[in-house]
Amino acid sequence: MKLPFAWEHLIGVIALLLFCYGQVFGLFMVPPDAHMGDVARILFVHVPSAWNAFFVFTIAFVCALGYLISGRKGFDHALEAALEVGILLTILLLMTGSIFAKPTWDVWWKWEPRLTSSAIMLMTYVGVVVLRSVVQDNERRAVWSSAATILASVTLPLTYFSVQIWRSIHQIQTSPADIDAPLRMAWRINALAVLLLATWFLARRWRIAARRWELGDAPPLPEPLQPEEV
Amino acid sequence: MIAFFQQIFGVALKDLTIEVRAPVRAFSVLFFALVILVMVAFAAGSTTKILQDIAGGTLWIAILLTSTRALDQSLSTEFEDHALEELLLWPVEPAAIFYGKAIANALVLWVVAALLTPLLFVIYDAPLFGSFVELVALIALGCAAIAAPGTLYATLTAQARGGAVLLPLLLFPLVVPALVAAARGTTVVMEGDPMRQAPAWLVVLVLFNLIHWAVAGVLFRYVIEEP
Amino acid sequence: MQDLARRFGGRWAVARVDLAVPRGGACMVTGANGSGKTTLLRCCATALKPHHGQITFGGVDLWRRRALVRPTIALLSHATRLYEDLSAQENLATWARLGGVSADLSDLLARVGLPVGRQDPVRTFSAGMRRRLALARVLLKEPELLLLDEPFTALDPEGRALVLQAVGALRQRGTTVLVATHVPGEAAALCEQRVHMEAGRVVRISEGSA
Repeated sequence: MKLPFAWEHLIGVIALLLFCYGQVFGLFMVPPDAHMGDVARILFVHVPSAWNAFFVFTIAFVCALGYLISGRKGFDHALEAALEVGILLTILLLMTGSIFAKPTWDVWWKWEPRLTSSAIMLMTYVGVVVLRSVVQDNERRAVWSSAATILASVTLPLTYFSVQIWRSIHQIQTSPADIDAPLRMAWRINALAVLLLATWFLARRWRIAARRWELGDAPPLPEPLQPEEV
Repeated sequence: MIAFFQQIFGVALKDLTIEVRAPVRAFSVLFFALVILVMVAFAAGSTTKILQDIAGGTLWIAILLTSTRALDQSLSTEFEDHALEELLLWPVEPAAIFYGKAIANALVLWVVAALLTPLLFVIYDAPLFGSFVELVALIALGCAAIAAPGTLYATLTAQARGGAVLLPLLLFPLVVPALVAAARGTTVVMEGDPMRQAPAWLVVLVLFNLIHWAVAGVLFRYVIEEP
Repeated sequence: MQDLARRFGGRWAVARVDLAVPRGGACMVTGANGSGKTTLLRCCATALKPHHGQITFGGVDLWRRRALVRPTIALLSHATRLYEDLSAQENLATWARLGGVSADLSDLLARVGLPVGRQDPVRTFSAGMRRRLALARVLLKEPELLLLDEPFTALDPEGRALVLQAVGALRQRGTTVLVATHVPGEAAALCEQRVHMEAGRVVRISEGSA
């Protein structure tokens, strides 16, 4: 079987090269942070993955709306891709956040509003993916997961808000120290690299979703049959 | 429009009649909630201080866990003999079906909460230094906040294989804002609320209810029409 | 219906069916189990969306105008679609309230041969009693298009006569009837048109009562 040329691999190669450059840049070419030293370098991965996780989940939300309004199956493939790539990025976000928390706050986990909301965001979307996995019928899966994604997405701002009130009562919210202007460059390179990586993953995952839809779909309609009249 | 409200009323009345006619179901839900209260007390320790501190949170954990049972029952009634399809074809507006069922589910949770809260004062020795009205408002809004998304999700999971496990998985992360607001609000009201935090929690609950009663009402149409 | 098709998962349950039933006419759909009879009826009842083609009734596309046509269609389906924990009267009262119709429910129950004033839930009913109750609900609706899916299963001879009589009365008033059955015997008297389905397709159409 001859596979069609996949344009996304081009983006993937660029993404990987840029990502490598971003790591080298962030690790060796940027001076250590004035307050936190070398530890702050993990933020060059942490912050871009946060931005991209939110961006990808926004795509999922738009696709869910798009599917319910238009019923086009392309939106469902994109939704499936976006949910899983978003979950991947959120896991990356939480892991790097946890690694950063250990030396700076001396704990692996802190019930800090941003961290907590991200964890809840992860759980919410994992629930949607599990829902997708138990539904057999293509259209039904698409409608159900779109509805669940929309409900999950509209709740997230409130989740962040409520977690913030919940914590702010006991402690002042901690925010990472201001990053010097030259360091922003490392963020930008990495953010772009992660964005391109996410695009590559999204496109690959989109194709798998499209294949699965086809497998569950009915064969083309047979020719019309002229019934015999009696 | 009047017909729409009549349909909401008709669906809610039907659900509540079923609860009354099948008291075993309602009792099992109530007893489940009661068992949770007692079990948490055993697990958390025996000093009165600890129990008093966790009383508000335990109440909401009990309500949340109980809600999945109540919601699952409410929706399996519809699918047991495919009555939901007849409702749709009768025809009852999908939004009317949703609001009718969600209101009935909220009422069931209110009854559960109304019976559990006095018990909290008895077996957890919970104090009540704050405003009673605020406590009632928190409980009413908190139950409604669970009922709206819960009714939508139970409609999905009651049709899926292994749905009973799936419902908490979907519902719990979603209602975190409502749970935080209701549980923290209840706790501060019990402790007397010197810093006036309860109004902020009530605002969170009102916002959550507004969003979910509106959005879930719209989405319900999509999930019950056969694609 | 024109070129109707509906898929379930990976197969076409109904594949390209063309069928015309005259207004006020009655048509019997026969075929083995799994030949697509029920799916055909459920599409007509707007319970399922046709994936291809369309069904029109009185010039109206059923699926597209489903909010409009649903009050005029009744489906007596295989599942009786009742509330198990309510009594017969409570079931009917619920449906009457939701439909905004006022009817003498006791009379209706008596007409389908069910005891009046009993409080026992439908859960305790036999299959035949449930079907009688479902029939009473159809009578409550007085449809213009009546879809019967295996209307005679689980019914005693008296019950079958009841169904025949009720359908006959509705036909007098101009109701169009579609009956799906794999035992054509009793329904044959009702219907002047007959189609036979195999594997989701209509293979034979015969006019005149058989």
